[in-house]
Amino acid sequence: MYIDPHVHMVSRTTDDYVRMARAGCVAITEPAFWAGYDRSTAQGFFDYFRQLTDFEPRRAAQYGIRHHTWLCINPKEAEDPVFAREVIALIPGFLEKQNVLGIGEIGLNKNSRNELAILEAHLQLASDHGLLVLVHTPHLEDKLKGTRLIMDAIKRFPKLDPGRVLIDHVEEHTAKHVLDRGFWCGMTLYPDTKCTPQRAVDIIECYGSERIWMNSAGDWGHSDPLAVPKAQMEMRRRGHLEDLVRKVTFANPQRFLSQSGRFSAEPLRPTAPDVTR
Amino acid sequence: MAMPDAAPASPGCPLSRAQVVDAYFMEHRARLLDLAAFLDRVDRAGGGEDDFRMRAFRAGVAVLQDGRPERARRILELLSDPSTEPIAKAGMKGATGAHDPAAGKA
Repeated sequence: MYIDPHVHMVSRTTDDYVRMARAGCVAITEPAFWAGYDRSTAQGFFDYFRQLTDFEPRRAAQYGIRHHTWLCINPKEAEDPVFAREVIALIPGFLEKQNVLGIGEIGLNKNSRNELAILEAHLQLASDHGLLVLVHTPHLEDKLKGTRLIMDAIKRFPKLDPGRVLIDHVEEHTAKHVLDRGFWCGMTLYPDTKCTPQRAVDIIECYGSERIWMNSAGDWGHSDPLAVPKAQMEMRRRGHLEDLVRKVTFANPQRFLSQSGRFSAEPLRPTAPDVTR
Repeated sequence: MAMPDAAPASPGCPLSRAQVVDAYFMEHRARLLDLAAFLDRVDRAGGGEDDFRMRAFRAGVAVLQDGRPERARRILELLSDPSTEPIAKAGMKGATGAHDPAAGKA
């Protein structure tokens, strides 16, 4: 049994839901993200948020998987701050949806001033509404600098408790910085550009199993929606105890996400498809 | 009194050194050969000099053999942008995998 706390199912097929359910996935959370192209209107985001809060939970439920989501405009579309603020203004209208856990995945991409301003606008929204925050850290050569800028930005919002903020996509050079400042951290299991399952288990062995989870971040790119159960296999291959496997792939995400008051990983009987829609 | 920089409790690796080698040698032998073949391929391609990515890559390869711990962390730091201030504007959405020291210079 496991939770995948970061996966972009709008980009995945129904076959992936089937495979994830068979591998033991009982709950997922899906942050809003970049579609691979810039949306041309804020209305495009309105429809995307409807997909995340209405259609996708029903699709997941057909396979016994509980679907939750996070809302934002991704930092890759934050270079136009006027447009980004139009999208942010839509978010409060969706906060009453039962599967919305908080704001995410916000953060930085190229560490620009506009991205930082939009990050701060999201953080203000989370602070005002008392929401959990899921943070995307930049890719590759931009990650270390971006992670530091993000943590400094969050600290400027005293109402945001680091224990209610998860900083995702950590690797060997950022995990300790994030944990030392009191945040939760996520390791994304990607074939090439982030952590492999082996390296993720190495990080747990070096930095411990407190305030840390693993996710697939499966999306439209080179990624693997079964990465979390593969990391479970890697832990078992090394002889780690089942309690530790369960902790980092189920109990830890459950603990962090339950702070929203809306997260559930209780068994869900697969629902029949609604043929009237 | 607790040490201020004390590492958090970590489970460590349950395997012995020999068991780690038994479990992982073959797949990393293959990766070592991939690395060698890549460098050979770059040489065979001829012409030109290493760009910032290949210079960083070769510096990373040197870290593998320096006998010091935390190689993965140190290679990631070596590939990272060392600056601390936000840039004026994002010129692209993607990333090249290594910091270009010439980027941003007039």
